[in-house]
Amino acid sequence: MKKVVSLLNVVGEYITLIFKVIWIILHRPPNWRLIRDQMYDIGVMSLPVVAITGFSTGMVLAAQSFFQLSDKGLASATGLMVTKAMMVELGPVLTAFMVTGRVGAAMCAELGTMRVTEQIDAIRSMAVNPLRHLVAPRFIAGIITLPLLTVFSCLMGMIGGFVVAVYYFHMTPNDFLDPLPLHITTFDFTSGLFKAFAFGCIIITIACYRGMTTKGGAAGVGRATTNSVVICYTVILIGNFLLTIAMNNCYNYISSLLEAL
Amino acid sequence: MTETEKTKEKNIIVVHDLWKAYGDLQVLKGLSLEVPQGSTVVILGRSGVGKSVLLRQILGIELPDKGFVEVNGLQISAMNESERYEAVKSMGMLFQGAALFDSMNVGENIAFYLRQHDKKIRENEIQERVADALEGVNLKDMQKKMPSDLSGGMRKRAALARLIVYRPKVILYDEPTTGLDPITAHHINELIVSTQKKLNATSIVVTHDLKSAVEVGNYLAFHNDGKIYYFAPKKEFLQSQDPMLADFLANAILTEKYLQQETA
Repeated sequence: MKKVVSLLNVVGEYITLIFKVIWIILHRPPNWRLIRDQMYDIGVMSLPVVAITGFSTGMVLAAQSFFQLSDKGLASATGLMVTKAMMVELGPVLTAFMVTGRVGAAMCAELGTMRVTEQIDAIRSMAVNPLRHLVAPRFIAGIITLPLLTVFSCLMGMIGGFVVAVYYFHMTPNDFLDPLPLHITTFDFTSGLFKAFAFGCIIITIACYRGMTTKGGAAGVGRATTNSVVICYTVILIGNFLLTIAMNNCYNYISSLLEAL
Repeated sequence: MTETEKTKEKNIIVVHDLWKAYGDLQVLKGLSLEVPQGSTVVILGRSGVGKSVLLRQILGIELPDKGFVEVNGLQISAMNESERYEAVKSMGMLFQGAALFDSMNVGENIAFYLRQHDKKIRENEIQERVADALEGVNLKDMQKKMPSDLSGGMRKRAALARLIVYRPKVILYDEPTTGLDPITAHHINELIVSTQKKLNATSIVVTHDLKSAVEVGNYLAFHNDGKIYYFAPKKEFLQSQDPMLADFLANAILTEKYLQQETA
């Protein structure tokens, strides 16, 4: 029972933190310089790892799709498979995983260290709200850069798939690209972007919450960091499933309504 | 105006019947304290009795379970968050581990408050004030150093410069000399005294270092079992015949002598 109460308490504190940060952003936005620095850290510095992940995933997807589909005469669907998979599922999820590992962990460790060395208290003692100075810039930067990184990851995946399909399996470029305008919809693109936005919120808020509530010195920082990465991965996976179901149901419902009209 | 009202008016910090618990651990048990304007009150006591917790309550970093804290006539514990941040602007704290921001150099650390709260201030004025503050703590031309490049004593002095630069009216010191050699500790004590005089600040120093307490305090208080057990002007405090206090003072003096012999 005590554990359930403690868990509910943590969830309550976490949700309160999110609302407080949104309130701060709407009423007294943080300094642009802080947001820019965070965007550089989260976005620009993540480009290489996101590029490698996206590109290699696109290559593997193209190879697997070609192997599975070519004997059924569907090799021309390879481009579509790669693009659709990257846009709606793999792009957002893999980017979120990479950002969690590279940025979320570092963010949690940095804030955790600041917490145990009383630097966060020092910020408070100088009449500065640490949520405004530390969390809000990271939050804004996260929700802007995650969708951008996801688009970049999808592009890299498509390029990787294209390279394998055209130069290894000798498909013509037209075979790879022609089905795309017909079958890739605006919904595919926006659902991927929305997922990336949601994952950005999840990664930053969990990492910041765990960092800001770290206790127990260096060991506590280590525990909080591991913990935040594990929680992020779990929430991203569960969230991805729920978002896929919810968004597709909404899309189908709205489409049927529009058709009825 | 009654005599009590006159006295109350002179007290910049008033702590009344403060209670604070962490889970099952009751740290503060109805602590009361009044700090007269422009004076330095040193709170002595054994480690782990909640001396630092008291400072966090005064600064509004934590809220009490019961009781209140009043600074400059404003009840910190009854305010909402934004009012509390506004009230804290005239206060400052020197943390036990200095708490300099790792990601900034010394100059940026010291300029932090000015950049956050004074939007009209020019960059050259900030630089001037930072240089003055650093000179005041004998850390001239250290602006570009990172906190990790500084020794313990230098970090404490840089943290003190971070306070001096915005001239707070209330300064709280959490174990300012802990972990420092006697010479550096003496230098920090001198800086605390000179800062107090320069800014006419009201200060609370939490320590278990009796030498430091004697050097910086006008009033001494003994914190025991979650309460202020004894509070008196320095001389009266040191001459007290109270058995528990006498025991603490005797032990503190013995420890002091031993440490001095060891250092020598």
